[in-house]
Amino acid sequence: MKKAKSNIDWTLILLFFILVGIGWINIYSTTTEGNGIFSFDTNYGKQLIWIGSAVLVLIFTMVINYRFYPAFSAPIYILFTIMLVLVFFIGETTKGATSWFGIGNIGIQPAEFAKYATCLLLARYIADNDCDLTKNKHLFVAVLIILLPMSFILLQNDMGSALPFLFLIFALYREGLKSWILISGFSAIILFISLVFLKEWIVVIILSAILAFFLWTLRKQKRIYVGVFLIYAVAIVYVFSIGTVYKRVLKDYQRARIEVLFGKIDDPKGIDYNVIQSKIAIGSGGLTGKGFRNGTQTTLNFVPEQSTDFIFCTIGEEWGFLGSVFVILLYALLIIRIFMRSEHQREPFVRIYGYCIACIFFAHFAINIGMTIGLMPVIGIPLPFISYGGSSLLAYTLMLFTFINLDAKTNHWT
Amino acid sequence: MKDSSRYQYRKWIILSLVLCVFIVYFIRLLFLQVFDDQWEIRAKGNALRYVCDYPPRGLIYDRNGELLVTNTISYDLMVVPRKVKLSDTLMSELCSILEISSEEFTRRFEKAKAYSPFVASIFDRQISDETHGYIEERLHRLQGFYLQPRTLRKYLTASAAHSLGYIGEVNYNDMEKDAYYAMGDYIGKIGIEKSYEKELRGIKGCQILLVDNLNREKGSFQNGLYDTAAVAGKSLWSSIDKGLQEYGEKLMQGKRGSIVAIEPSTGEILCLITSPSYNPSLLVGRERGKNYEKLHKDSLNKPLFNRALMAQYPPGSTFKLVNALIGQEEGVINKNTTYSCHMGFAYGNRVLGCHAHASPVDLVFSIQTSCNTYYCRVLKAILENKKKYKNTKEAYDAWYKKVKNLGFGHKFNSDLPYELKGFIPESGYYDHYYGKNRWKATTIISIAIGQGEIAATPIQLANLVAIIANKGYYFPPHLVKAIGHADSLHCLYKTKHNVGIQEAYFLPVIEGMEKAATSGTVRSAAVPGIRIAGKTGTAQNPHGKDHSILVCYAPVDNPKIAVSVIVENAGFGATWAGPIAGLMIEKYLNDSIARVELEKRIMDAVIY
Repeated sequence: MKKAKSNIDWTLILLFFILVGIGWINIYSTTTEGNGIFSFDTNYGKQLIWIGSAVLVLIFTMVINYRFYPAFSAPIYILFTIMLVLVFFIGETTKGATSWFGIGNIGIQPAEFAKYATCLLLARYIADNDCDLTKNKHLFVAVLIILLPMSFILLQNDMGSALPFLFLIFALYREGLKSWILISGFSAIILFISLVFLKEWIVVIILSAILAFFLWTLRKQKRIYVGVFLIYAVAIVYVFSIGTVYKRVLKDYQRARIEVLFGKIDDPKGIDYNVIQSKIAIGSGGLTGKGFRNGTQTTLNFVPEQSTDFIFCTIGEEWGFLGSVFVILLYALLIIRIFMRSEHQREPFVRIYGYCIACIFFAHFAINIGMTIGLMPVIGIPLPFISYGGSSLLAYTLMLFTFINLDAKTNHWT
Repeated sequence: MKDSSRYQYRKWIILSLVLCVFIVYFIRLLFLQVFDDQWEIRAKGNALRYVCDYPPRGLIYDRNGELLVTNTISYDLMVVPRKVKLSDTLMSELCSILEISSEEFTRRFEKAKAYSPFVASIFDRQISDETHGYIEERLHRLQGFYLQPRTLRKYLTASAAHSLGYIGEVNYNDMEKDAYYAMGDYIGKIGIEKSYEKELRGIKGCQILLVDNLNREKGSFQNGLYDTAAVAGKSLWSSIDKGLQEYGEKLMQGKRGSIVAIEPSTGEILCLITSPSYNPSLLVGRERGKNYEKLHKDSLNKPLFNRALMAQYPPGSTFKLVNALIGQEEGVINKNTTYSCHMGFAYGNRVLGCHAHASPVDLVFSIQTSCNTYYCRVLKAILENKKKYKNTKEAYDAWYKKVKNLGFGHKFNSDLPYELKGFIPESGYYDHYYGKNRWKATTIISIAIGQGEIAATPIQLANLVAIIANKGYYFPPHLVKAIGHADSLHCLYKTKHNVGIQEAYFLPVIEGMEKAATSGTVRSAAVPGIRIAGKTGTAQNPHGKDHSILVCYAPVDNPKIAVSVIVENAGFGATWAGPIAGLMIEKYLNDSIARVELEKRIMDAVIY
């Protein structure tokens, strides 16, 4: 085997620094207290420290031999899963979620790192020559790798951190997951949304109409009738059980957020407040924005969580449509580039790992920005590289630069 | 090596799903930020607070520069319910200072809280000076309360209430009509305060402040770029003579009626007296509501009713002046026309009576002695003028037009508050009443002597004398002579109205009026040393004793003042209206009263 030639993707590195830079500028913009950029008791001061740490982490990640990652994926996975469990015993609680380790002044959120570990192990498992996702046994293991950390995070009451794990289904799909599983997933979501608007019996009528349609078109292949009836039965059970699940499993505020999203609740002073203020902030930015530190919605605290989950409001309000679109384009470039570079990989581990982290980034992007512009329910989830917060920044830096390292070294593996 | 090409097509499915999300977000942002402008307005509504700076209201002077209305400061106790830490000590302290019960305290506090917990509401209005000082000392203990200075009007005269008017808080109507006003602003409600509201109010200053989500002030918006400074209201110089106005009100005490005095050469109203009236200071301050209620409910004296502009009386014999002028202009009589009169004018089988006087009567003497018969014949001649008009109706219409030109039957539409039109019937009115072509001069003969249907307001009568004094023109009577500066010529009512009657026709009328004052009906108004021209009138009143009317002006060679006096239920015009008019002229022209006994007798008289 010849020595791997270094082929670092500088575009991804540039995108990383631009996004982190934009993040810091907007965190600085929303913070009115403190003097000078080195006020380390303010959010932007602390973020400066985190960015410094992230640079150290990325250098460390880049200099490690690429073979380390597939080799140590299992130990890393076990380490962070144990940490997720440990959180229950020695963790700290903020906003109802017990998901932090308090180390002195700073908090570490193992859930963010668990995503990294899951991506590594999932890639390692699927990349194995024997693995075939069309086989139930292998699919079961792959799903278990995803669900184990995810369920711990859900138990910590941290819906926001758990949700992106579901997006890994796209990576599985790329590697051979049966299409009908993905299709049923989407159907379940569509059924769920339709149940928010329609009474259960109306949905049943619609489903029956669809059944009749299929029975008619497939009348010459009566063998399939059994399968069609089975799907119909599952759908009906789903329709009638989802209401109970919806009421029992989701908490009041979570249900309210979903109903707000679909306009079923109109309560601008209460449950609606965050979304309305967020939309006012972004909408009032206009084409070119109000200018740096001139956003009234964000600098005057109308928007909640404005340096973390709602940071996109600051961008929308102060930099306008042009600024928002610029940020969206940066994410599009980042995510699509990771997909494309992964596709060019001959080494399955790197390809699958690339797909996994692109899915995670995409999940964060879609949920976070969707939430600020009123297209997604309110879920506490950071915008990668931009939102204030140490754990998320370090975890995403690890994810991205592990990929850049693998991608650079393994591009010519044979 | 794992086979990667088998599922490679799936990258396109995944990529297109991802791209879909990007495109949807792009479109959403486009609509949110570029096409929909409601968000910008809502953002401003969130963060901007407009704080007003009220300019002082313009002052009002009298025609000689004496201050009539000025401003004084008063304080409202404001409360921001959210900031108040309610405790028994605070409650009992405030209750004892404001002299209210604890239930009242709770009621007001709850009302303020219901309006808004964050925004200040008025807790107690127009606190007295003494209480203000008391609260000021304790303000540090009364967290959430503060004192808001407010400008109040202060009247330096107890008279002229109706002309000056008053200000009050704006109502929804005012706010709807003019976006300038906001809740709690003051606006002129009546009188000069209302007519000159725009000049007096000045321009509010506006400061735009930024507030955060908890309504805390966070500095000024864009460093005050859009802030505006308050502009003080302009001062007004009223045409009213404070001394004359106060004197007239004293003369009228104990009587119902009105005195209006006009400077003929300008149309400036020297005094506008209605009696009974009220002290304008009653409608300022804490007791305002109570006082207004009291005045409003006084149905016997109706102190809020401005008789000078709104009371419509039959003008009686003073209307003979009108017919004398129109008769000449129409060419049916001249200075030398004589009619004989033997105790009345007979028409059909009826007689309109007259008093005993020499006969025959010429024009001058008819005015001097106020002969009824003469004017019945004049009106008959006007309306039966076959040479000029086809029929009575046409002749009447010509007469009607001339009467209107003389200022009757319509408003002056100057700066006067709430005038009424009086009443001069159109020919259509008689057509309707009697039927077309079913009426003639003798049917409506009583209008010849100012009785019957016609009605005039005191100011219209004063204006009639001003026209005679001017020999043919008038300026609309008005209350303000200068705006912004004492000598400014900025007066809105400089349009000269020619009444369409030749100057020569006024001479016999004036001669008759002057003779009336020396040796006729107006003798009671005579002032030694001053040439007066006048005419009495007695308005028949179906509800009681006749109203006593007198109109006059002086001096005859250089008219300075035209007066109309009406004393209700006082009988013959010469008895009460005469001496009052005389004293008013003496007061205005001589500035002192020589006839002290007469003055005392008039002032002490009570005629109800």
